[in-house]
Amino acid sequence: MTMTRKLFTRCLLTLVVFFVPAAGFSADGVQSPDEQVRNVTNEVLAIVRGDKSIQAGDSGKVLALVDEKVLPHFNFRRMTSLAVGPNWRSASPEQQERLIAAFRTLLVRTYSSALTKYRDQTIEVKPLRTNPGEKMVRVNTEVRQDGVQPIAIDYALESDGQGWKVFDVTVAGVSLVTNYRSSFTNEINAKGIDGLIASLEAKNKSLETGQGGK
Amino acid sequence: MKNAPLVFVTVLLAAGCAGAPPDDPLEPYNRSMFSFNEKLDNAVTKPAAKAYVAVAPSPLRTYVSNFFGNLQDPWIALNNLLQGKPANALNDFMRFVFNSTLGIGGLLDIASEAKLPKHDEDFGQTLGVWGVKEGPFLVLPFFGPRTLRDAAALPLDASAETPWTLPYRNPVVHDEWGRYGLSGVKLLNERARLLGLERTLDEGTLDKYRYARDFYLQQRRFKVLDGNVPVEYEDFDSSEDASGTSHEFGGKQ
Repeated sequence: MTMTRKLFTRCLLTLVVFFVPAAGFSADGVQSPDEQVRNVTNEVLAIVRGDKSIQAGDSGKVLALVDEKVLPHFNFRRMTSLAVGPNWRSASPEQQERLIAAFRTLLVRTYSSALTKYRDQTIEVKPLRTNPGEKMVRVNTEVRQDGVQPIAIDYALESDGQGWKVFDVTVAGVSLVTNYRSSFTNEINAKGIDGLIASLEAKNKSLETGQGGK
Repeated sequence: MKNAPLVFVTVLLAAGCAGAPPDDPLEPYNRSMFSFNEKLDNAVTKPAAKAYVAVAPSPLRTYVSNFFGNLQDPWIALNNLLQGKPANALNDFMRFVFNSTLGIGGLLDIASEAKLPKHDEDFGQTLGVWGVKEGPFLVLPFFGPRTLRDAAALPLDASAETPWTLPYRNPVVHDEWGRYGLSGVKLLNERARLLGLERTLDEGTLDKYRYARDFYLQQRRFKVLDGNVPVEYEDFDSSEDASGTSHEFGGKQ
């Protein structure tokens, strides 16, 4: 509860100082996007830091953690449509659902393993400059590690009225979502939307068996 | 101000940033060179980098990164100057002075702690800032992905970042094997930092070459413009046309 109180105090202070309710909670009680990114990042990293089996590479445990703490903050429908590109419009609702499921599995499997590599990097979430009423924002973060230039990781978030959901992640200027578009488009041009679905599902399946055998 | 990013978006769209396949006239050659580099990496560089990680503990590797990073800073400073950013150039020069002295020959990056951040510049970027076009995408043997422009800048960039290889009477490293050794450690250290990345490429993509190519091109453009790249997000779930529903972020200030 002290956390909430701290946030509340900060919000009040911000209100008083800047006249803009942007830093803590907005008037309807929804967390601001940068606070949200900061809270989720801190919470997840605290768990990873305190969990020896995650640090040793226990992929089942990492997936469970990501599933519970991270995924609820992502909009996979939006991400998948951006990765697929204009062809998304010609996909049937069933095809769209299968694309979303397959792309989600691919992304989660690929990037959650990065958490097992986390050691002593620090992540700074930059304060957000935004106008109230904005429906889309970009939260900039910086991953710092000794001896290396900091890496910029930016999150694009969109509000659906109830909360903010991430729909793109940019690493050092490259979108991890739209960077798929050229290979997805290529696949669709050659084998159709069902062909892309089949390729993604086959990829996921091979990873599953590959991990089982390890 | 409102119109300038729009022009950029159009240019980027045309350049293939948001979907259209980028021009890759050398694709067949590039693909075979890409897989050659991959085989070489699997056979030699990656195992050597793993051995290096096993032998050198993490703090030592940080000293090594700092040491080689420090030797890059004068070149980064010069490129910032050539790009018309004297304040950044001064920052980089101060970094070199502080880290070389108080940072014990560059082993410690005390400048970063003193709020003198490290920059990322090279002559390829400088050429880009001067308006030299990228040219076709090119995979070089050993060195990997480049644009033609970056490949042209490579001899300068590579020798400036490894000053011990320059053909003058080197006051510090007299011994030829010492020079090879330094270059070798630098290579291993850089490869070690990227361990695990090849797994991400293997597992996370349908077409490794295409993904790596697009990634390289996009991050180079981002670097040349120092991050001032507006991003546009279309909405393909909306029935309206894309231009009416897309949303665009301006670059960073």
